[in-house]
Amino acid sequence: MKAALIGLGSVGRGVAEMIAKKNPDITINGIADSKSGCICNEGIDIAAVLEHKRRTGACGDLAISAMDVIKKANYDVLIEVTPTNALTGEPALGYIKAALARKKHIVTSNKGPIALAYKELSALAKKKGVALRYEATVGGAIPIMHTLEDGLNGNEIIAIYGVLNGTCNYILTRMAAEGLTYEQALMEAREMGYAEADPTYDVKGIDAAIKLVILANTIWGDGTKLADVDLTGIDLLTPDALRLAEEGDCTIRLIAEAIPGKKILRVSPRLIEKSHPLVVEGTLNALTIETDMAKEITLTGRGAGSIETERHHRRYPVYPRPLWQACLNTGGNTCT
Amino acid sequence: MKLEMKDSPGQLVAALKPISEVGGNIIAVLHHRDPDTTHHTLNVQIVLALPEGRLDRLVALLKEQGVHIQRIGKERLLYKRTVILIGHLMHTDLSDTVDQIDSTGFAEVCEISMSMPAINERSTSRVTIKATNRVEMDAAVAVLRRVAQQKSLLLIEPLEEIA
Repeated sequence: MKAALIGLGSVGRGVAEMIAKKNPDITINGIADSKSGCICNEGIDIAAVLEHKRRTGACGDLAISAMDVIKKANYDVLIEVTPTNALTGEPALGYIKAALARKKHIVTSNKGPIALAYKELSALAKKKGVALRYEATVGGAIPIMHTLEDGLNGNEIIAIYGVLNGTCNYILTRMAAEGLTYEQALMEAREMGYAEADPTYDVKGIDAAIKLVILANTIWGDGTKLADVDLTGIDLLTPDALRLAEEGDCTIRLIAEAIPGKKILRVSPRLIEKSHPLVVEGTLNALTIETDMAKEITLTGRGAGSIETERHHRRYPVYPRPLWQACLNTGGNTCT
Repeated sequence: MKLEMKDSPGQLVAALKPISEVGGNIIAVLHHRDPDTTHHTLNVQIVLALPEGRLDRLVALLKEQGVHIQRIGKERLLYKRTVILIGHLMHTDLSDTVDQIDSTGFAEVCEISMSMPAINERSTSRVTIKATNRVEMDAAVAVLRRVAQQKSLLLIEPLEEIA
């Protein structure tokens, strides 16, 4: 299968290295970062491109843009891993539409376009007879979308509850374990590379809300938007709150929750029993899916969010697996 | 509840058995034998705690046993939920906050633990509310949510799943 890879940050680099290392019958015929691009329809030497990027800061020819790669390269699937823009979804939204127009399958880790334009994009993909895969947008490496689409097929999903932001979960874990203040725990999260310099998106619950919107659209196709989510962050929590929770054998977690039957769509810090399966430690993610037949299913695993991973290489294998699997899955499939 | 049953051996046990069958917990049994009774019946008062919504079934089971229910007392508030409130709790009149729950008539605040680290700093409290059932509890928490919003307090509710 032939692929074009757009975005060469930590995620894109991880995908490229994984493809080079595991050699899963995928040739990359086009690569682009924010400044440059390269097209080679006989397959690109990934190691050479990554080395060039390391040396010069650009992956290819400055005269070739990402859109050139998307419109001109010969490929079957577009791997779109540019940074999330939650307000406009751009430039990724334009990239995805351009590739869909050429009847290319899409695999993306980008939350922006999926949260903002899921209906439009999925309809377009269906019309063009190609797959739109976005497993890596929610819950990092946890196969949530596969579970929803395949594993729980035939079940009616009544509600979902999840810990979808690793940064917040790390901060809350540390506040509970060490009695740290929010500010101290945030500082520690920054030092560990789990929080960005501006942590607003994470700690205000926006990142978790975007993921909730993606899940709600996938499950119920209800056209839910970010503005519909009732949002409370963790930045006003006190160490006393965690201590008082602890006295009742509980703790506090940032929970994203959607129950359409009760018109509940919210992200908020919640009291939760310590023995509850959603109480995961550190940067882990977890999701409980409540269905009519299978009842409750809880998935946990390594998450990743808008976390600064450049300096922390051990974190970036998190994304590529679902991306790479999704590439393979688009192989024989038309749109589902 | 106050029950009237035949004064014959095994009747009291027969009357108590349905309580455990519906998952109830007996708190007290008052059993007075009145020697002057002319009907050969026995009056028993039972105080018990029942999970939400099981009372109708208990009443049916007791009737099957031939027990006559003279009176069912007022339901007590047995449904509890604990929340955490963070903010300037004293400056925003904590007793008024509590009052808003108590004055609903169907729920009341039964416990508060509070921590006030320093003057001018936000305080944190754990508040336990009692109500008769989940529907009324949800209504009470909705009241608290509105009050918290008005007073700029952060309300942390427990995760209450559907199942």
